[in-house]
Amino acid sequence: MKISAHRNHTHYWAFILHRVSGLLLAIFLPAHFYVLGLAIEGEAAMDGFIRWTDAPLVKGAEVILVILLAAHLTGGLRLMAVEFIGTRESSKTAVAVGAGISLVVGLAFLFNVV
Amino acid sequence: MSNARVETKLWVWQRLSAAVLAVCVIVHLIVIVYAVQDGLSAAEIITRVSGNFLWLAFYSVFVIAIAVHAPIGIRTILKEMTSIGPGPTHMIMATFSLVILAMGFRAVIGLFNASVGG
Repeated sequence: MKISAHRNHTHYWAFILHRVSGLLLAIFLPAHFYVLGLAIEGEAAMDGFIRWTDAPLVKGAEVILVILLAAHLTGGLRLMAVEFIGTRESSKTAVAVGAGISLVVGLAFLFNVV
Repeated sequence: MSNARVETKLWVWQRLSAAVLAVCVIVHLIVIVYAVQDGLSAAEIITRVSGNFLWLAFYSVFVIAIAVHAPIGIRTILKEMTSIGPGPTHMIMATFSLVILAMGFRAVIGLFNASVGG
């Protein structure tokens, strides 16, 4: 498959990841707040939902969400570094470091949660 | 207010909230990894957060920063990637912000007042 020049670029994919992670996190937020709000109905109501999240598929989705959150964080820090400090030359390294940190956080969550 | 001024203001708010969120998300990720060590339960969350003014302040700041940051991001995506006009885009941004504030504070206050076994 031929990839046009601007798309075959680390920063382009970093931009896409930042957009997609931000959008998915925003969509997830109301559900997250709804579940935490179950505390109003008591511990049992909240635990009932948390037990549902023990399902492997849900656990997998949680790991992906944690990775997306870490990726959005590191992507945002890189973006602000470029905008405010002007570290464009080392920005490609920052993308790689950000991706590495996101995967490490995801793995730390995975090994603790399973 | 001119379009350019609105865009500049939103850009500034997006960056200010991002700076606050950077700190909040780092703390949140550490707590997430730490909290699930012995398995996640409602009791663990409620015991940690309930009645604790420090967590109440932290999560309040967290929710406010999200309510600023996420809707502006959604607006940018809608503006650049869809054909939805400026009016509806602004409405979606404002509505989403209010939903996050309402649901976020419902959860934060709910957890602050919750009790284990309740």
